[in-house]
Amino acid sequence: MNNRTQEITVGTMDAAKLLAIRSFTRKNSTLGFNRDKLVETILMLNAAIFILAIAAISLFILIRGLPLIFKVGITDFLLQLEWNPTAGSFGIGTMLAGTLAVTLTALLWAVPMGLATSIFMVELAPPRIGTLMGSLVELLAGIPSVVYGFFGLIVIIPFIRNYLGGSGLSVLAGAIVLGVMILPTIINISRDAIAAVPLDYKVGSLALGASHYQSIRRVILPAARSGIITAIILGMGRAIGETMAVVMVTGNSTIIPHSILSPTRTMTSNIVLEMGYASGDHQAALFATGVVLFIFIVILNLVVNLTLKAGKNYGAN
Amino acid sequence: MVPTKDKEKILTAIFWLLALIIVGILFSLIAYIAVRGLPGLSMDFILQAPSRAGKEGGISTTILGTLYLTAVALFLAVPLGVAAAIYLEEYARPDSKFAWLVNLTAETLAGIPSIIFGLFGFVFFVIFLGLGWSIISGALTLAFMVLPTITRTAQEAILSVPREYRENSLALGAGKWQTVCRVVIPPALPGIITGIILSIGRAVGETAAIILTAGSSLNMPLSLSDSTRTMSVHLYLLAMEGVSMERAFSTAFLIIILIIIINYLANLSLKRLAVNN
Amino acid sequence: MNPKIKIKTSDISVFYKDFQALHGINMDIQEHKVTALIGPSGCGKSTFLRSINRLNELIAGTVIRGQIYIDASPVYCKEMDVVALRKQVGMVFQKPSVFPMSIYENVAYGPRIHGIKNREQLDEIVENSLKAANLWGEVGERLNAPAAGLSGGQQQRLVIARVLAVEPQVILMDEPASALDPISTARLEELIGELKKNYTIVIVTHNMQQAARISDYTGFFLNGELVEFSATNELFVNPRDQRTEDYITGRFG
Ligand SMILES: Nc1ncnc2c1ncn2[C@@H]1O[C@H](COP(=O)(O)OP(=O)(O)OP(=O)(O)O)[C@@H](O)[C@H]1O
Ligand SMILES: [Mg+2]
Repeated sequence: MNNRTQEITVGTMDAAKLLAIRSFTRKNSTLGFNRDKLVETILMLNAAIFILAIAAISLFILIRGLPLIFKVGITDFLLQLEWNPTAGSFGIGTMLAGTLAVTLTALLWAVPMGLATSIFMVELAPPRIGTLMGSLVELLAGIPSVVYGFFGLIVIIPFIRNYLGGSGLSVLAGAIVLGVMILPTIINISRDAIAAVPLDYKVGSLALGASHYQSIRRVILPAARSGIITAIILGMGRAIGETMAVVMVTGNSTIIPHSILSPTRTMTSNIVLEMGYASGDHQAALFATGVVLFIFIVILNLVVNLTLKAGKNYGAN
Repeated sequence: MVPTKDKEKILTAIFWLLALIIVGILFSLIAYIAVRGLPGLSMDFILQAPSRAGKEGGISTTILGTLYLTAVALFLAVPLGVAAAIYLEEYARPDSKFAWLVNLTAETLAGIPSIIFGLFGFVFFVIFLGLGWSIISGALTLAFMVLPTITRTAQEAILSVPREYRENSLALGAGKWQTVCRVVIPPALPGIITGIILSIGRAVGETAAIILTAGSSLNMPLSLSDSTRTMSVHLYLLAMEGVSMERAFSTAFLIIILIIIINYLANLSLKRLAVNN
Repeated sequence: MNPKIKIKTSDISVFYKDFQALHGINMDIQEHKVTALIGPSGCGKSTFLRSINRLNELIAGTVIRGQIYIDASPVYCKEMDVVALRKQVGMVFQKPSVFPMSIYENVAYGPRIHGIKNREQLDEIVENSLKAANLWGEVGERLNAPAAGLSGGQQQRLVIARVLAVEPQVILMDEPASALDPISTARLEELIGELKKNYTIVIVTHNMQQAARISDYTGFFLNGELVEFSATNELFVNPRDQRTEDYITGRFG
């Protein structure tokens, strides 16, 4: 509930009426009025923290990272495959490739799986099972990345090593772990989108003689499309930015991955692996990696918030 | 050709199977870590300080470090985040550009990966403000990370409070702030608490940002300017540096237990909200 | 005898964004009388009521023109303290909305807001208000029970007690009986009859028998206009306007 604009045309007022007002208004009315105004201002300043946070984060990361990018040259920095910071080679091409490879492979299986699960939860499962699945997905979302990474290290890597070959530390291991981690994002958002499709659509379709699955495919999924795309993009954002799980299972070599069994290093891994001891240009190069990552993520989020969610009531107002 | 009816049956079976696989992943993860972590989990493990980089002893200092960091971060973030939510839902006009920008930046902040928060915390708190690798640097960084969660859950909770409460209160001559404090916040409280609990979960699990801002000291954290190591960071270092897999399992198991409890409490609190409104 | 005019509306128009919900309403509402407002759904009765205690301005994009005087002081002016206004003009809504607190706390809400802290004083106000609202007999023994546990009719009387506790002079009621069963409705009507000795009451109702039973004056609204306003007997027995007659004889609406 909000204070709204209003326009008040005050009728003519004579002195007697003005006097009458005085008896009607509280003695401390100005005080009361000011207090509400003051509270509003304080709350507003609090709300501004989000704008400040984004501004500060952008500013400090850019300040630390951009100069190096310009020094090396944008294309060289992004596309050079040589990363040897102590010798002055700052190319993150291999890591861009690594991030891309791991993220896409993860999306490849997690999107269909997540989508199917959300359809299952809304359309197919008995309500109790749907709710139960919801809580389990919440739990899946709550488990920290480092635990997933640890599980990957202990279980998935030996599995890949024994059955598929190589060291096990690989794009595939990263994609499996990452996929599980982004499942909750994909499931939750697409489930909400599917559940928000008006019942009329479905009833209308069923009334035309379509089967349940035909309705899902031809009516419900198209109607939920923007929500599903949001789910995929946010899942992708989560995958690109994920650090701890990936660093533990991908082997972290700075090479272009030539198969899903080859090891790789992502941009996030690069930062967390070397930040501890880097200094000078090396440190700046890690911030520069952060700049690239940051720009990716912000673009993905803006796409979601400014186009897909626009007009929808996500969050406030 | 397979008749439609049978095709649909097969499809249904596939959907059930996929859902079961997800449940299976979750349970096998928990079960596996439980089975391997349980033997090493003892009172001593929880109460003793680690020695020889975690090879021996327990993990008491990392538990304390986690608690310390989480408490300070929430102490900073909860008032800010809740106040922002109150402003957005109760005060801001729907056409307000400022509120639009706040909502947008809050959404964006929610999507920023922890490693970026870590970089920011490192350059801003650790270096620029000279706070060093410390609990305060880590907590400040963590506070930024959990702010969107706190604000968004509080917004939803406030939104779920019936409009009539506000109208009735205002019609009784209550001021705006009185109305907010007395009839909006109390019924929304369980939802706000849910957000806080979820933030605790995030703080417990956070690793990347903490390594970069609070360091990884195994010493007993005494003051805000001490470096510390959380359980999650400890797990990472134990596993990655191959210090002790046995202790890594027990630490992971402890973290999972904590997360399950936190999730349970968050759900409980959400149910309260539903009952209230 | 010259009855005193408590509320005078002068050319009140209300716009929701582009939609004009009220068209220049002029009405004189007498003190210590029950004034009923009738009319088909959407004709602006609630809007009119809510413009008296300035509750409309909580809705985005509302514009209000004209003036309302209570005891000859203008309601729409800069100097008006909305809080003080709403303290004098209580409102009972269609759906009884008790706060999620105890019965006692519900009634004590208003006095507390207005700065009364003394426990004995509050006890007294709560008891008197509940008695005045005919509820004391039913809840006097369990004041600390949650208000949400009361029946719909009891909740509506609790809401009235909550309004009375603020000691208003005017009580606005927006279809207060529409969610109640017949017995609760009868009790409410009886209560309104008692309250009018001390309060000026404006009540919106869809039930014409009810309007005829409890009110002294009746106004008939149609499409945002006040078609007819006169003594209740007159309006129901001898409507001057054809549209009024059509409405009260059930020919439309
Ligand atoms: N917040 C609003 N925004 C836009 N239009 C509104 C709003 N509130 C009411 N209206 C419109 O103003 C007109 C009058 O509404 P009002 O609620 O005053 O009618 P009413 O006579 O009380 O009806 P009812 O008997 O159904 O309660 C209606 O056409 C309604 O659609
Ligand atoms: Mg109405």
